[in-house]
Formats: sequence, C-alpha cells, structure tokens
Amino acid sequence: MNANDLFAADALRHSYLESTARARAHGMCDDNSFTEWLDPRARLTSPHLEALDVPVSFDDGIVIGEGRLKGEQIFVAAQEGRFMGGAVGEIHGAKLTGLLRRAVQEKPAAVLLLLETGGVRLHEANAGLVAISEIQRAVFDARHAKVPVVVLIGGGNGCYGGMGIVAPCCDAIVMSELARLSVSGPEVIETARGVEEFDAKDRALVWRTMGGKHRYLLGEIDRLVDDDLPSFKEAAATFLRRPVAFDLDAVVAEHARLAERIERFGACEDAVDIWAALGIAEPEQIPSLDLEQFQEAVARSRTGSVHETR
Amino acid sequence: MEQLRFAYDGLKSSNVGAYAIAGVVASGDLEILVEREELGGRCEVDIRTSVQGFEKTWSAVTQSFVSTRALANTRITINDSGATPAVVNLRLAQAAQKLDEGDA
Amino acid sequence: MKLADLLNALFPEGHDVTVDADVVQGLGQLDGRDVALIGTAGHAAIGVETALTLAAHVLRVVQDKPGMPILLLVDNAGQRLSRRDELLANNGYLAHLAKCLEVARARGHQVLSLVYDQAISGGFLAAGMIADRTYAVPEALIYVMNLPAMSRITQILLERLESLCVTSAVFAPGVPSFFKLGIVEGVWDGDLSGALRDALTDHSKADLRSENGFARGGRTLAAEIARRVQEGRT
Repeated sequence: MNANDLFAADALRHSYLESTARARAHGMCDDNSFTEWLDPRARLTSPHLEALDVPVSFDDGIVIGEGRLKGEQIFVAAQEGRFMGGAVGEIHGAKLTGLLRRAVQEKPAAVLLLLETGGVRLHEANAGLVAISEIQRAVFDARHAKVPVVVLIGGGNGCYGGMGIVAPCCDAIVMSELARLSVSGPEVIETARGVEEFDAKDRALVWRTMGGKHRYLLGEIDRLVDDDLPSFKEAAATFLRRPVAFDLDAVVAEHARLAERIERFGACEDAVDIWAALGIAEPEQIPSLDLEQFQEAVARSRTGSVHETR
Repeated sequence: MEQLRFAYDGLKSSNVGAYAIAGVVASGDLEILVEREELGGRCEVDIRTSVQGFEKTWSAVTQSFVSTRALANTRITINDSGATPAVVNLRLAQAAQKLDEGDA
Repeated sequence: MKLADLLNALFPEGHDVTVDADVVQGLGQLDGRDVALIGTAGHAAIGVETALTLAAHVLRVVQDKPGMPILLLVDNAGQRLSRRDELLANNGYLAHLAKCLEVARARGHQVLSLVYDQAISGGFLAAGMIADRTYAVPEALIYVMNLPAMSRITQILLERLESLCVTSAVFAPGVPSFFKLGIVEGVWDGDLSGALRDALTDHSKADLRSENGFARGGRTLAAEIARRVQEGRT
C-alpha cells in the first residue's frame, strides 16, 4: 500500500467501508458527541500477540464508548477490520463484554455493534473463543433488559466465525451490499472440502452466497443500506428504544420461518435459484442493481414474507 | 520486534490538543499516538516495529518531523507493521493535524 | 466417551434416549426426577438441519416440560463446512439454537452442557458454551481449530504452535486448558451421576467464566478489563 492510496482512502471519509473503526464510531453519533472509553492512551495491548512477535494495537482493535444519536444516549463498539482482521482476542472481547454489561445497568437507547471480524483471533485461540461466548451472554442480558442491540456490518472483511453467530442473536442487523455475514469463510470451506465445493476466488459466488443483498432477500437481516456513514446512522436510529421481542413466541415464530426456508430453498444450488423461487423477476440482475433498483425489484416480487424478519 | 527510542530537545512549545491517534496497525501501515506530557520541553519517540534494521531511517524521519513542528512536551508512540517512510510521514502529519484541531 | 456408557454412568436409575441422524434426545432419571437430554453424537458436523432439529427439541422441552433441567450432550465437529449451509445462512440457524436455549434459561430451565467426546469452535459455541455451566469428561477433545490449519492461517510455524501448546493454556486443545481459562466449570470423572447431581444444585445464572479464568491463572486480563468498562473506570 502506498501513501497515495491511504490518502485517497481517507478522503472517501463518508464511505463506511473505507472508514476506520474510530471514524465509524464517531459517524454513528450526533456531531462531536462520541466519547471513547479506554482510548489508545490506556495502551491495552495484547500480551498474547507480543509473545508471538506480532504487532499490537493500543486499542486491541476495537473502539468502544458512548455518544448521542438523535439526542438519545447510545453505546457504540466498532471493530477495526484492518487490525488482525478484526478478530476477537482476550482484551478486545473483554472491552465489548464490559460495554454490554454496562448497558444492562445504564440502559442506553441502543447499543450499536459495528462488526467487522473473522471471528476468533487464532493467535489467542481458546481465549478468543470464550470471549465470543461471553459477548453472546452479555448480548442476551442486554436484550433481557430491553436494551436494543443493533449490529451494523459494512466492512470489507464482513462478519464471520463466532461473531457471525452472535450477530443474529441481536435485535437487528443493518448491512450494505459490500459486506458479508456468515459463519464459515470461503477459504476455510475450500481448504476443507475442495474448490468444487466452494471456489473462494469466485468473488461473485462469495457475494451471492454470503453478501448483504442475499442475506436481506433470505430474511436474515433487517435493512440494506448504501455504503456511507450517514445511511448506516439513519438506519441504526430507527431502532432506538425499540427492542425486538425475545421470548418463546418470538423463537417459535423464527423456528417456523427457518423450517420453511429449508423446505422452500433446501434444494437450491445457488442464490440465484433462491431469488427466482422468491419471485424476483430477473434474479441474475440482482448483484448489479443499485440500492433503489434492488428495493424496487424486491417490492415487485412480493411473495409474502420474503423478509419478514426476526 | 524491534524497539527504538529517540528524544529531541530545544523545541518550541505548544499545548494545543491533549492527544491524537492516526493510522491502523495493518500490513504496510502503522498506528501513531501523540500525547502532550510534561517532559521538560522534550519530545520523546517510542517505536515498536516488526521490521528490524531501520533505525537510521526512523531517526531521520522523526527528526525531520519534530524539527518542523511545535512538539515540545510531546510523547510519540508508534506501533509499526512495515510502513514505508512515505506512509510514516503521512500518518505523522495526520496525527499532528488532529492534535492541532483538538480532535483525537 | 461412548454415548451408551455415558448415559449409563450419568443415569443408573434409567434413561430413554433416541439417536436420529446423530441428534440425541430423550430423558434421564436422577433422584426420581427427569432431566431432558439434547445433543449430538458421532462427531456431528452441525449444519442447518441439525441445528434446527436441536432447536426443535429445546422448544419441545420448554413447551411441554416447564422448569425441567436440560443437559446438553456435546460431541460435534463444529459447524458443517459446506456451500449449501452458508447459502441458507447456517450462522442464523446456530444463532436460533442459541436463542432457544437462552429462552429456556430465561424461563427457569437450568441448562448444563457436558462435552463427552469432541467440541469444536462454532459447534461448541452454539451447543455447549451457551449453557449456565459447561462441564467435560477428562478425555474430551475441545479446540478452536486444528493446528495445521491454524498454522496456515496465522503464518505461525507449526512447530512454534506445538511448543506453545505445551506451555500455554490459551493455545493447547483439551480439557485442562479450557478448565484453566474458566470455560469449563468442572471435569466429571468416575461418579458422573454424582457430578450431575452436584451441578444441578448450583442455580446461579451469573457468567463467572472470566473470574474463574483469572482465579485459575488462565486469563489474566479479561475480568479486570470488562469490570473497568462496566464500572466506568475508563
């Protein structure tokens, strides 16, 4: 990477994808209202990475803090995808767990989780895995306390691994089409099962299978937005003080939707087949549509609960 | 990993901004934390880098940067992951700008 | 440990369990009460159908047997690695299973998990660590990823990872590491039904894993940092 690329990237400040975690966190809040907790001056660097001679980061790859959104208090956590792929290590995970636990006590209008991560930070293996489980437990506790936990996914690394399981445990998910949400990564599948099973280099296949548009059509996420900070912010704001039910009725209804998904699409070879089965008129065009065209195509299809989520 | 330390004296003073951070620890990039601190007028630089053997380059880059800015009583701490001098200079400039603007 | 031996050791009073496509479900009797049993066998790779079936069993217990304790029997190969499962959003199915178990917990079902053979990564997360307390038999194999794959992805030499496994509980697969990090609450060896009986008396719902990890010397930082954030000492 050269200085010009970096400078140009910084100039695209509104692009959520190109923004750093810190810029994204600020971008979700009303002007100048974001205050970072345990900021880089705290120097909470990972001893596990140091022991492996791997470069460390002062915030261990996650920015946490509070701010105001539409005048309401929110908590924000933003993972830095460019540091260790945003993967969760001991300190990174503890910052996020602490934030969620504090939300149970202080009851902000929402907790925004700006996730960009490959899941467990393999350099911290077991500590990373339990960190994700602790995050999941803390998410559930926040939800029981009726604090909405909203996931925003818009980074180049997507949201994978254990955090790909935590994301649907939250109240809502907002994505852009540039991002992906899944549990197993294409490379891992290809390595284990061969290129016939999944050609990780086929970007179109990867995005059809795991990208924002497909997840929206499948009913896995709540909103699809453009790749800019204001769009993510506006979408997040719609969930302030509006927790989604998390009780027996909710999981029973979700169970029925998930059973139906397997029934309707379990034999589909590719996402395009699923989109066709959903009644989308020209499914192979979906990847090339801009957001407005995409939403029109979805509206025209109207085959019932296409994406009545969660 | 290599740890390098430099200290610079005789600088002009400024107390604008408490701290600033620029850059990310990604391959070819670096993270720079700049903090105001009572250092008897000095500027101290502390670098952790994954690439060995570039002490002279780091010294030249930081010397040049510090001598053109009002960085007395300032601590610069760097986590480097193989950035070129051009990238280092970009991040130093960004950090200094943020410090001047009073933004982190 | 073989499932049949496990069930006999846990429930000498009796048990009635079926296994269908590697999904285990049924009841065990302990001190005259029933314990619901849900889990997997045969190192099952958990894909969308398996996750949904497990969730269905959880919902059935919640709807038909209010308050009954649930023991998750864990033996899996982690999440199933297939294009189809990703296409259908396996992450959502695994999350659904976790949510069903969480609803069970919230409705007063004690949820315990026991790793009796193997537990890997996402499979352990969704079907094991979701419990109030996680236990394991001593010979259980628990890990995040196999070492050669880890070496490829992290670019750390296999020899280095192997030597780290000897000295570091953060890396080493297996029960002793997971106990030390506070992930596994206790190891059940010998008198399994006695261990289960004792575990059933602990009704605490609090997540004590990071504190246990600290007390056992396996995770020195997580508890303190989470507390600092929680208490606003930032």
